[in-house]
Amino acid sequence: MKFRLNVWRQGSEQEKGSMQSCELDEVSSDMSFLEMLDYLNETLISKGEEPIAFDSDCREGVCGMCSLVINGQAHGPMKATTTCQTYMRLFPDGSEITIEPWRAGAFPVLRDLIVNRSSFDRIMQAGGYITVHSGPKPEPNSVPINQQVAEESLDAAVCIGCGACVAACPNGSAMLYTAAKVSHFALLPQGQAERTDRALAMVDQMQTEGFGSCRNYAECEAACPKAISINFIGQLNREYIRATAKPCNARGQMHAQ
Amino acid sequence: MNLDPRIPDGPIEDKWENHVNHIRLVGPRNRPHYRVIVVGTGLAGASAASSMAAMGYKVDAFCFQDSPRRAHSIAAQGGINASKNYRNDGDSTYRLFYDTQKGGDYRSREANVWRLAQLSTQIIDQAVAQGVPFAREYGGMLANRSFGGVLVERTFYCRGETGQQLLLGACSALAQQIHVGGVKMHTRSELMDIVVVDGRARGIVVRDLITGEVTSHAADAVVLATGGYSNVFNLSTNAKNCNVTATWRAYRRGAGFANPCYNQIHPTCIPAAGEHQSKLTLMSESLRNDGRIWVPRKKGEQRRPTDIPEEDRFYYLEERYPRFGNLVPRDVASRNAKEVCDEGLGVGPTGRGVFLDFRDAIKERGHDVIEARYGNLFEMYKRITDESPFETPMRIYPAPHYTMGGLWVDYDLMTTIPGLFAVGEANFSDHGANRLGASSMMQCLADGYFIIPSTIGNYLSSHPYGEIQADHSAFREAEAGVHALTDKLLSIGGKTSPAAIHRELGHLMETKCGIARNKQDLESALKEIPLLRERFWNDLAVPGTGAQLNQALEHAGRLADFLEFAELMVLDALTRDESCGCHFRTEHQTEEGEALRNDDKFAHVSVWEHKGTDQKPEMHTEPLEFEALPLAQRNYKT
Repeated sequence: MKFRLNVWRQGSEQEKGSMQSCELDEVSSDMSFLEMLDYLNETLISKGEEPIAFDSDCREGVCGMCSLVINGQAHGPMKATTTCQTYMRLFPDGSEITIEPWRAGAFPVLRDLIVNRSSFDRIMQAGGYITVHSGPKPEPNSVPINQQVAEESLDAAVCIGCGACVAACPNGSAMLYTAAKVSHFALLPQGQAERTDRALAMVDQMQTEGFGSCRNYAECEAACPKAISINFIGQLNREYIRATAKPCNARGQMHAQ
Repeated sequence: MNLDPRIPDGPIEDKWENHVNHIRLVGPRNRPHYRVIVVGTGLAGASAASSMAAMGYKVDAFCFQDSPRRAHSIAAQGGINASKNYRNDGDSTYRLFYDTQKGGDYRSREANVWRLAQLSTQIIDQAVAQGVPFAREYGGMLANRSFGGVLVERTFYCRGETGQQLLLGACSALAQQIHVGGVKMHTRSELMDIVVVDGRARGIVVRDLITGEVTSHAADAVVLATGGYSNVFNLSTNAKNCNVTATWRAYRRGAGFANPCYNQIHPTCIPAAGEHQSKLTLMSESLRNDGRIWVPRKKGEQRRPTDIPEEDRFYYLEERYPRFGNLVPRDVASRNAKEVCDEGLGVGPTGRGVFLDFRDAIKERGHDVIEARYGNLFEMYKRITDESPFETPMRIYPAPHYTMGGLWVDYDLMTTIPGLFAVGEANFSDHGANRLGASSMMQCLADGYFIIPSTIGNYLSSHPYGEIQADHSAFREAEAGVHALTDKLLSIGGKTSPAAIHRELGHLMETKCGIARNKQDLESALKEIPLLRERFWNDLAVPGTGAQLNQALEHAGRLADFLEFAELMVLDALTRDESCGCHFRTEHQTEEGEALRNDDKFAHVSVWEHKGTDQKPEMHTEPLEFEALPLAQRNYKT
């Protein structure tokens, strides 16, 4: 297969970037999108040119390291699929492919297609946990959890933190990311003690980082490689209202699911 | 080299408790004065860093990814073992110990394995308390499934993403500690060297992968949680950036490297499609619970797999191992797959593949049950191969997956360099010559949540804190070494990319030091590796500079270490003139083609000591003792 690639190149966070084009021939339809870029980079390196910088690690769709806006779509054309699991057989031979980094104010570009997503980590550090030290714990079967509740919690917990939801949102909102973590814990009995503080702290941090507001475009759900539902944004909104209505009354908030 | 494992006295079931009772403690007021560096933030690193910080130690954690949550533990799929005996099927600490010792083909240290089995149940308690949403039964109790090499159901799971959930659990504890200031997190920072002064580890030198800046970090102890070295094969199930650099540079600074030839080839991976392949994707071993493995009985079979009748299907594992069937341990499953493909019965375009068929399971249990169990794995398979396992059998082939070898550690998980510890896959201790499925996460979390937070006190309490700071001359020397290496890599000015040389190394290692090994191949590999290394240093192309984000430079640095490490791995494989677990020397097999150990000569850990660049390393041994479970021939047939 043969493609014409338009790729965003940028030296560093401080420098200005631009789109640059090149032709790439002899691409196999069994190559993943990132293997196609590996192949392009090998060609560039052997010509003494600087390869295109892009993030990737596990290459099986779970680490959340890879990104890329492909032809205007975060993680490319295939639904519920990361860039690393996108295959060249999806693209018509001879077509033109545009590759850009995640575009969001809260994700500054570091080089070429690599962005800084540390704002996501800071949202997590603000409250995305159950405070529990290592050491002896109660027998887990002493607190039964309804099977469907556990499954729903896992539906939220599968978020890989890639940032596609932000990249796809016209407002650059991180609501789906934040909602997934808040919901994961809000659904479980273990998450009740910090339920209020968690929702407040994570939402505050999300706003401090400069992510936009949610306008229910639902582009996040469409782009999410884990198909996380925007119903969880509804849950986040409920959690936030609940937290602001009765703040600082943690004891009264501890209704187990 | 001192290889005293310092195993506590007493009966095996009491050793850990006795040891904890007598460990020297650091008092809560003193802990904040001690600084501990943790390198790597996978299951072992994140759990170690968060647990030690929660105790009060000041922790600096480092990872090369953009966030601690990216570490490759995240990709572990199937589950985690714990001898809870929730199924009432006879499980116990002894049985988990027994299975792990036997699965490891009697090449692990008994006391460590017993401790691992003991701690396994606490890990589940800890993870549930953190909010890990394990699968539940309808009554709300935790669910279990079974894995290869065992006859009980003791594996806990979250669909096919158990590793992700456990890692996010550990990383949430880490995030909490970052929030309260117990951990300072350094992301996109790659370890370049370990600084040793007066024979003790004092800190590390790292490179900032964004700016290229090289900085020094001093500490009272250093914990390496940097994973395994499967990427020496280029194609493995490891993440693209997994590497041997941290443990290799520790080795070069004097840490003994144990059993480098032990690497596990996972039986259920998607076969490579061509030269461009950048990694191999694992399909969870849990699939072997319901999938049946077979190949066509005759060579050159042209019919579609679904058209091949029962009598023409060779269910080779079920026929050869009637008791364990498709659930034989990984090494046995991998070797059998290679054998049937060598005989020409392999399937798929390359002939290197076998079928994993769900037809009967779907018929028996229904489409919905199978979809609920493996839905996400089937989807992943379809995305990669364009085939649906609901309609046609999966094609699988073994791929390098996990490395049992690693830095030698004593019972306290300390390497031969005092003050340098290794946890998780980076150490060698618990899996012998073969790891059982769902045991790696168990070991990482036992090391990180429960062992290192206790044992590190034994070392720290014997030494004053803050003895050496990052302004010490040893840090300047190490930094100079890092700059010199970077300059050397950038100035070669050749034509070949790091990826091309890595492919060649991988091919060499796979054919000569892979699933099956022999003296002749290993000896020829020992000649070829230095030649490849020479080509690397003469014809490597690394564009750009060291003062920028430069991924080709990162790859080149890691590959330089793999090219040295590969030689040690082959040397170890040649020296261990027996078969055991995953280390299969074709010269040593039973009449039935099973691994034939030589316990008189090789019931030991081989520990290699670095003697200088271009010098032959020296081998030392730690004899293994078998008291709780006497040595026996592994048998999965009857």
